[in-house]
This record gives sequence, structure tokens and C-alpha cells, in this order.
Amino acid sequence: MGNIIQLNNVNKWYGDFHVLKDINFEVNEKEKVVICGPSGSGKSTLIRCINRLEEHQKGEIVVDGMALDENTKNISAIRSEVGMVFQQFNLFPHLSILENCSLAQIWVKKKTKKDSESLAMDYLRKVQIEDQALKFPGQLSGGQQQRAAIARALCMEPKIMLFDEPTSALDPEMIKEVLDVMVDLAKGGMTMCVVTHEMGFAKEVADRVVFMDEGYIVEAKKTNDFFQNPENDRTKLFLSQIL
Amino acid sequence: MKVLNYIRKRFFSSPIDAFLTLSIGYLIYLTIPPLINWTLIDATFSGNTKKDCVAGGACWVFVKMWFNRFLYGLYPNEEIWRINFAFSILIISIIVYRFLNPKFKKYLFIFLVLPFPILSLILFSGGLLGLPTVDTSEWGGLFLTLVISIFAIIFCFPIGVLLAMGRKSNLPVIKYFSIGFIEFWRGVPLITVLFMAGVMFPLLLPSGTNLDKLVRVIIAITLFEAAYMAEVIRGGLQAVGRGQYDASKAIGMGYWKSHIFIILPQALKLVIPGIANTFIALFKDTPLVFVVGLLEILGMVNLAKTNPYWLGMATEGYVFVAFVYWIFCFAMSRYSLSIEEKLKTTN
Ligand SMILES: Nc1ncnc2c1ncn2[C@@H]1O[C@H](COP(=O)(O)OP(=O)(O)OP(=O)(O)O)[C@@H](O)[C@H]1O
Ligand SMILES: [Mg+2]
Repeated sequence: MGNIIQLNNVNKWYGDFHVLKDINFEVNEKEKVVICGPSGSGKSTLIRCINRLEEHQKGEIVVDGMALDENTKNISAIRSEVGMVFQQFNLFPHLSILENCSLAQIWVKKKTKKDSESLAMDYLRKVQIEDQALKFPGQLSGGQQQRAAIARALCMEPKIMLFDEPTSALDPEMIKEVLDVMVDLAKGGMTMCVVTHEMGFAKEVADRVVFMDEGYIVEAKKTNDFFQNPENDRTKLFLSQIL
Repeated sequence: MKVLNYIRKRFFSSPIDAFLTLSIGYLIYLTIPPLINWTLIDATFSGNTKKDCVAGGACWVFVKMWFNRFLYGLYPNEEIWRINFAFSILIISIIVYRFLNPKFKKYLFIFLVLPFPILSLILFSGGLLGLPTVDTSEWGGLFLTLVISIFAIIFCFPIGVLLAMGRKSNLPVIKYFSIGFIEFWRGVPLITVLFMAGVMFPLLLPSGTNLDKLVRVIIAITLFEAAYMAEVIRGGLQAVGRGQYDASKAIGMGYWKSHIFIILPQALKLVIPGIANTFIALFKDTPLVFVVGLLEILGMVNLAKTNPYWLGMATEGYVFVAFVYWIFCFAMSRYSLSIEEKLKTTN
């Protein structure tokens, strides 16, 4: 099993502000990694660098054997290998759920409309909202929207799934339905990188947990180790606040 | 009783309300009856010279006798069927369009926007298939108004979209070109632009080359309005959240695909009222083409009113033009509202 994601000494600045500092990080194929840390520590920035929604200035990022830098020509190709789920769902409000899920298959993967829609229906069934397929995002509950967003990402049949606080914008009663879908996905063998504060989820599915603070990866360990023997004081403090 | 109550509540609920109601009522009393008298009751409709108008009201005989000129300009009478033919096809297509199923709608729309205007232009100019050539200097009246505005509308929209996208581009060359272009055209009055296009531009061309005056004017109006269109559309682009860009990139769509399928549909929908506004303004700017000697409907009225046999008919002419302009502008405004409504319900 090789590293499907590899970051070596990655640094990133927003203007003068140093967001990511000497990040070394790797994810093996089929591995599930949870990233946590206080607000503003750079978690979102880190995973947004993995599909190059953000550009890093120093260091190297290699995803599935392809290096991400200014010279990368096939950035769209890399992005369609890496699915992403956002905190705010970011469904396309002017398209039905089915169209949300089939659009990129048709125009990026050049599949027929029929094939795209049947695959879309398969994934909508998997996340249990096949009965909502013809509705528009605005007509769905938050939990349903997030599950639709997961289905949309899965429709591109990515090798890696990135999640950026997928449950933070949800009402408590909807969190579970989304986490259940993610647990299923994890059990299906997907490579996953999840920014979340749901420590229950981390304990259940994560192979490793990464703790970030002020742009550094402060601690990265096997899940059990992380929760039982945190070494760094900041990790201990964070865990004591969140558990 | 109910009616009285309603009136009291809506129009006389306070002293200020009562005052406003009474003064507006008085204004209506002062203006509307004389207007109706002039336009309809005391007006003359039959006859064929100015002398037939003795009733004291409007002399619609003027408009009647000049009707073809107001509609078609100096286009030869025996060739007018070409204009009627093309516009009939346009009107029929628009009616048919409403009842077509979406699949064919797309094709009809593309036909109407691209091949149809070009074919019509060829038909209007003639010179092919035994059709006598009609020089564009003979085009005029409402026909010219429509030719100029339809072409300018069709072209200024996509150019405006590209400029708006250009202005938000990360590539400095494209960005500064777009900004420069937009600010240049917004900074000059249309009338000077038309003058330049009509009178100065030919002097700058290498001698021997000749671009028809009407074409130059259409290009000038198109570029001018495209700058305004660009700013309207940029407003829409800015209102689409960053999350939409992120999400479309994240599923592998590049710049063009993201914009065509995700960003523009949302941005344009938000600015439909602004787009309609720009189209209406464009339509109402067309009379300015008189500065280069083209006479659209208002120009034709100005010509007719100086005819020795029809002196003193300016008011009738202007009222008629105002009415025609109003019908078209009102139709555009309603149409944009109906599109807004339709897009609202599907979302
Ligand atoms: N586009 C940007 N321009 C400038 N600064 C930014 C930008 N995006 C994020 N930042 C800053 O970078 C830092 C890290 O942001 P990031 O969103 O990665 O944090 P996070 O760990 O995801 O926090 P949260 O838990 O609140 O989502 C923050 O201090 C933020 O203010
Ligand atoms: Mg974040």
C-alpha cells in the first residue's frame, strides 16, 4: 500500500499570514484520517490544498502519483479523482439533485446522460435520498442536502474523499444521518480525509488522527494512541475541551 | 356600505391621505378628459390631406398617410413584402416557440438568434436570386429601429458576458483589457460614439475599404451597450458565492464549464431586471442614429413634419412615436418579468 496523498514540507501564506507551516502529511490508500484542531488552525486550508482549491507556495504535494504545482496541466483530471464535501454543502441551487449529480459525469467524464443518471440514482439510493432526486436543493433539509453533496462527489467515482466539517452546519438531529453515510463509505474501503470535531466518528472509523494548531501539525498518531496518550499539551487541552 | 368603508380606509384614513387623494383626483380631472378629447373624440381619422382635419383634435390623417414611411423608411414600396415576410416569420416563430417541447425549443432558439438574423439581412439588402439591391441608406422607420436594436441586443449580450468574466479574471492582460474597454465606452456619450463611427471612422480606414454605415453604427451601439451589460452581469457574478466556484472546481469542471453550467446561470438569473433595463435603454437610444443621417421611426417623423403639406403635425407624430416605443418597451419589461417568474418557480 503506497501513499496516495503525500505532502512534504508544505508552506502556505495568505499575504503575510503564514497559514501552513512545514506540513508533512501522508495518507495511505484506503486509510481514513481525521484532522482536528481549534478554529483558524489551517485545517480547511490543508485539505483544500490537496485538490488545489488553494495553492501552496513551498514544498510538494503529490496526489495519486501526480505532483500539484503551477505546471500541473491536468488539474481537472486530478480533481475528478478527489471528491470533496463542504461544510455549507455547496449544492448547485439552480439544478435538481439528479442534475447536481449527473452534470459533471456528462461534461467532465463525457458519459451519456442515461448512464450518468443511472449512476447518480445508484448513489442517491446509497445515501437514501433517491426519492428526492427531482427536487431542488432548496427543498431539502440540511442533512438531506449534505447527503446529496456526498452523492454528487461519489458520482465522479473518486479514489479519495475529502470532508471539510461536513456536519458543522447541521442541526444535531441531522448529524447522525450524515455520519452514518460516512461510516458506510469508510467501511466500503474509501480513502478518506475528514476535518471534523465529531470525536465519536473519529474513534469509530479513523485509522489515524492529526491535530493541528496555528498552522502546524502538532500531533499525528494511530487513533487509540491519540486519544489515550496525547503527548503535546495543546492536544491534551483541546481533547479536554471537546470530549 | 362595504365599498364606502373600503374607500374611506384606503384613501381617507388620515388628513394627509385625504389631501393626497383629493389633489391627485383633481390632477386627473384636469389632464385626462382633455387628453381623451384630443386623441379620440375631437380627432380626425378619415381623409387624406391636412385640410380634412377641422375638428380641432389630433389629426391622425397625418400618421395614416405617412404610416408606411414611419414603418419602413424610404424602403421601396414594391419591396416592402421582404420586411413583412421576415418579421412575420419572426412573430410566428415566437408564438410557436411557446408551445414547443423543450427539445425543439433549443433548436428554434438557436435558429432565431444566429442564422435567422443573417438570412433576414441578406433578404433586406437583396442583390441575390434576382432580388433588387436596396441600399441601407433607404432603410428607415420602425424597421430600422428594430434591425439596429435586435442586432445590438444579440451581440452586446455575449460580449458583455465575456467582458464581465474578463474583468474578474486572474490573468492581468485580460483583466486590464476588460477594465479599459468598459471604462472607455462608459465614459463617452453615445452620440459622439455614433458620430465617430459614422463620420470619422471611414477617414481612418485605408481608402478603398468600405464598411457599410449601418454596420458601423450597429457595431458602435453594440460595443457601447456591451460595456453597460458587462457591469450589470459582473454584479450578478459577484453575488454568486465562492462555494459555488469551489464545488464546481472540486468535481473537475474547468473555468469554462464552471461558468457555463454553474456560475452564469445563477448570476444571470439574479440580474434579469438589470439586463432588461439595459435592453430597454438600448432600444430607446436608437433615435440617436440621426447624427449619421440614418432615420429610424423618430427620424422619419422629424422628416415628415417638415414636409410643406404637413406642417404643424409634430405633436401627432411624437405622440405616435411615443406610443410605439412604449409598446415595445412595455413588452420587453413584461417579458423579463415573466422570465423572472418562471425561473423563480423552478427553484
Ligand atoms: N482567503 C483567505 N485570505 C486570508 N486569510 C485566510 C483566507 N482563508 C483563511 N484565512 C485565514 O487562515 C487561517 C486558517 O484558516 P482555515 O479556514 O484553514 O482554518 P480552519 O482550521 O479550517 O478553521 P475553522 O475550524 O474555523 O474552519 C485563519 O486564520 C483564516 O482567517
Ligand atoms: Mg475550516
